[in-house]
Amino acid sequence: MDIPYTVTPRQDTGLFNAKVGIWLFLASEVMLFGALFSSYILLRVGAAPGAWPHGLLNIPLGTLNTLVLIASSMTVIMAWASLKMNRFGNFKIFQGLTVLCAITFVIIKSFEYRDKFSHYEIIKNDGTVLDGHLISQDKESVTLHLAEAKKHPNAAVVQEEKKEEAAGLKPAATHAEAAAEGEHHAPVTVPRSEIKKMENYGPWHNTYMAIYFTLTGLHALHVIGGALVMAFFWGPGSKMWRTEPERFTNRIEVSGLFWHFVDLVWIFLFPVLYLL
Amino acid sequence: MSNTHGHSGHDDAHDISKAVKTYLFIFGALMVGTVVTVLASFIPFGNPAVNIAVALLIASVKAFLVAGYFMHLISERKMIYGILGATAFFFAGLMYLTLWSMEPTSLIHYIQNVP
Repeated sequence: MDIPYTVTPRQDTGLFNAKVGIWLFLASEVMLFGALFSSYILLRVGAAPGAWPHGLLNIPLGTLNTLVLIASSMTVIMAWASLKMNRFGNFKIFQGLTVLCAITFVIIKSFEYRDKFSHYEIIKNDGTVLDGHLISQDKESVTLHLAEAKKHPNAAVVQEEKKEEAAGLKPAATHAEAAAEGEHHAPVTVPRSEIKKMENYGPWHNTYMAIYFTLTGLHALHVIGGALVMAFFWGPGSKMWRTEPERFTNRIEVSGLFWHFVDLVWIFLFPVLYLL
Repeated sequence: MSNTHGHSGHDDAHDISKAVKTYLFIFGALMVGTVVTVLASFIPFGNPAVNIAVALLIASVKAFLVAGYFMHLISERKMIYGILGATAFFFAGLMYLTLWSMEPTSLIHYIQNVP
């Protein structure tokens, strides 16, 4: 049985069916991410003064990922344009580049996630707070590399210290020095007997990390899903070009629309989470 | 990605090769926009609200370029505009409710203050 309107447009909509389908799907996606942005606004505005962390994320890596995603938007539209110009070889190159960009994005994101899961906040029994990356740990002690100060005007360290002071905790001297000088510090080993609480910067750490992981995690799932579809069209799915070139071109158009939407969401996520 | 049915294959290819130049220009604008977004976030405007407004303004321009040119929304069929119009209506409603709920006189605060 032939599926109707895969190539020829319907008279009532003026579009082939997959295009109407993808736009309806994207409409639902707008509402999904809209609801999460709404949650972000409520959490941020509802946070106690000075408690919302800034500068916790790596801006150069976030910028690089933004540029990678924009480049992938360019390559995905060039893949479609190549098919329109009957240049299948060029399509293969651009589609392949798009998949590579998607993989690069996910790899960079995974480095950022790994950084957060190895970034710890330790509250000692005397109330001192240590903040840094875990180097090693055993049954007796934990060794941290104290946090590097951020040069951004809304540096995280300063914000975190305000929160800690409000909670009656004492920031460690080396921590404060790091904030002021922006230098690396020698590793610090803390006996476990002196640790009251130890927690990494996973989604459970605070509401900022929770909304960060929720928004970027959902976005990353979209990137992975889109990359799988585009990899299929680059590989085995491209056989259709030989038998039904127009239908194949429409498939690339629809997957491209999804990919541009993924880019569009990131265009807002990047400043909201990394810069503001 | 506009519907080009009704054109001959040759016209199609000619139109597309012209459009590629536009895509390259948009690509450059998006790259520059990203760098400007980052640089602007380091400028102390005095009021954090200005930083937020500037960042969201640049993001909105970039989003317009992606949606308008890469997704071809500036030359789409009425059906697509209808779908997006309904989406924009509900999205605006969602944002209105979000902002309204933060007003001191909103229903949420009233419920929270009920003894």
